Amino acid sequence: MTLLEARALDVGYPVAGAGLFSRPVLLPIVHGVSLALHDGQTLGIVGESGCGKSTLGRALLRLVAPTGGQVLWQGQDMAGFSAGQLRRMRAGMQIIFQDPVAALDPRLTLGQIVSRPLAVFAPELTRADRAARAVEALARVGLSADFAGRYPHELSGGQAQRVGIARALIGGPKLLICDEPVSALDVSIQAQVINLLMDLQDSMGLALVFISHNLAVVRHISHQVMVMCLGRVVEVAPRNAFYARPLHPYSRALTAAVPEPDPRRERGRIGQSLPGELPSVLNPPKGCVFASRCPEAQPRCHAERPELRDFGGRQAACHFVGE
Amino acid sequence: MAVDRPLSTFQLQLRRFAQNRLAMLSVFVLLLIVLGCFFGPYAFPFDGEEADFDYIGAPIDFSSPHLFGTDDFGRDLLVRVLEGGQVSLTIGFLGALTAGGIGVLYGAIAGYVGGRLDGLMMRCVEILYGFPYVILVILLSLLFGGGNLALFAAIVFTLWLTPAVIVRAQAQSLTRREFVEAARAGGMTGTGIVLTHIVPNCLSVVLVYGSLLVPEVILSESFLSFLGIGIKEPQASWGNLIQTGTAAMDTDLRLLLLPGGLLAAVLLCLNFIADGLRDAFDPNDR
Repeated sequence: MTLLEARALDVGYPVAGAGLFSRPVLLPIVHGVSLALHDGQTLGIVGESGCGKSTLGRALLRLVAPTGGQVLWQGQDMAGFSAGQLRRMRAGMQIIFQDPVAALDPRLTLGQIVSRPLAVFAPELTRADRAARAVEALARVGLSADFAGRYPHELSGGQAQRVGIARALIGGPKLLICDEPVSALDVSIQAQVINLLMDLQDSMGLALVFISHNLAVVRHISHQVMVMCLGRVVEVAPRNAFYARPLHPYSRALTAAVPEPDPRRERGRIGQSLPGELPSVLNPPKGCVFASRCPEAQPRCHAERPELRDFGGRQAACHFVGE
Repeated sequence: MAVDRPLSTFQLQLRRFAQNRLAMLSVFVLLLIVLGCFFGPYAFPFDGEEADFDYIGAPIDFSSPHLFGTDDFGRDLLVRVLEGGQVSLTIGFLGALTAGGIGVLYGAIAGYVGGRLDGLMMRCVEILYGFPYVILVILLSLLFGGGNLALFAAIVFTLWLTPAVIVRAQAQSLTRREFVEAARAGGMTGTGIVLTHIVPNCLSVVLVYGSLLVPEVILSESFLSFLGIGIKEPQASWGNLIQTGTAAMDTDLRLLLLPGGLLAAVLLCLNFIADGLRDAFDPNDR
């Protein structure tokens, strides 16, 4: 069953206008993104910094109100829910953050942090029940019961991210948005957290939206991969097909930018970085979002924006794919 | 056996404060003055409004019943200063607490909600800032028919503005922190987030500013009493005692030095405490 669906989603932020009395201007971040996610599946979203992937993640949970398009949760439009309904429904959809320590209130104990959402999701529970559930959730992410009395500043980054995951799990979610959950962690800890997420996905049937700029991590965890550039989707493909042969030139540039473990091969790659400037969000290009940096760009790319087209179970937005 | 419970950030900060000798000494002296003001007058057989016609304008004499002498009406100076301290300290702490409380809530709401409401709330603060203080006090004392309530209202009315602005700035930066977003994802309401996440995290800034607010309130009470708007004779406050003391400065310095010295001591203590709190709480100082 389709758990989460986005249809032509636009998201933007209001920014102050130029003059003192001018109205706020909408700064568009995400343009016309459509996606569908099924129970127990992982969608990896990759793209460089500032491409709108985190904003998209927040809009999927309606932490940011979209400026256009729809988000459907189990087939129902989320715009139709009242604020109160939405708050209770948040038990089913949770998020974990890039900076795991900043995501924990420094004044509260971990037990309080983890159990707090239960006050909304399960108001019938007593205080003792909530504390017991918090200890259970901490155990599920591999933290012992004595962590419940500790404070965030005593934790390492990896432990803090586990606490963040425990808090997200406490309401029994179906969907977990992971916003660069491992990019602030040591490499050895990254693997632990990724494996924890995959174990939890297996045992709880979680669907994950995994936002990252690390292609290797996305490859490990995803079923589907979606590539974003400047707020637009440029390619969507099943994991194996994507890593075997990325279609869009931007996807190829991203995969080529992954460092090689072999120093001799790594040396040969230097100088292949992308030429050209990243276009400004304030002044988006008329044509393809990647045209200014694309090694294969033709005059047509600057003039006409390519639509996402189907290529047998996968999609890409480039004029020249399949020619 | 005591369990080795981990300390919260707040407890660590308190411990750091306790290690500051000057600040701890100030706390001790301040407590001594407060206790002296509230319980000291009971040690004497007369109160501060009672005239003793055998001792009019008596000088300092530790063998007479009036240790620090009396004023022109034969009232015991020490008892008057202690009773005046009750008024001044009560107005000081209560005023700071009320003004601080209003300011913190107002600023936290404006900073968290943001947007148009924030703009509206802050423009109100700016308009009130622009209002001439003394005129406002006179208007309020007309409105409340004079007396202590008018004085208190006037002080609170002007002093809640600065904490509101400080807390708003703090709340704005806290609102962008990820734990606030996590709280929203956890289904918390705006009220809940302001009360459990925003206000407690502003606490360290508020404590520091609050300890500076107390002397500010005492000083403005003194100032208003000095102008004759505040506490009225025969009730004593440090403000009006200093006023009479200043008038008699040429002939008898003791009338000025006793209340003035105590006020100075309290202000000094509060400033040291504020300093200690800031050192203990300000993460940028470490």
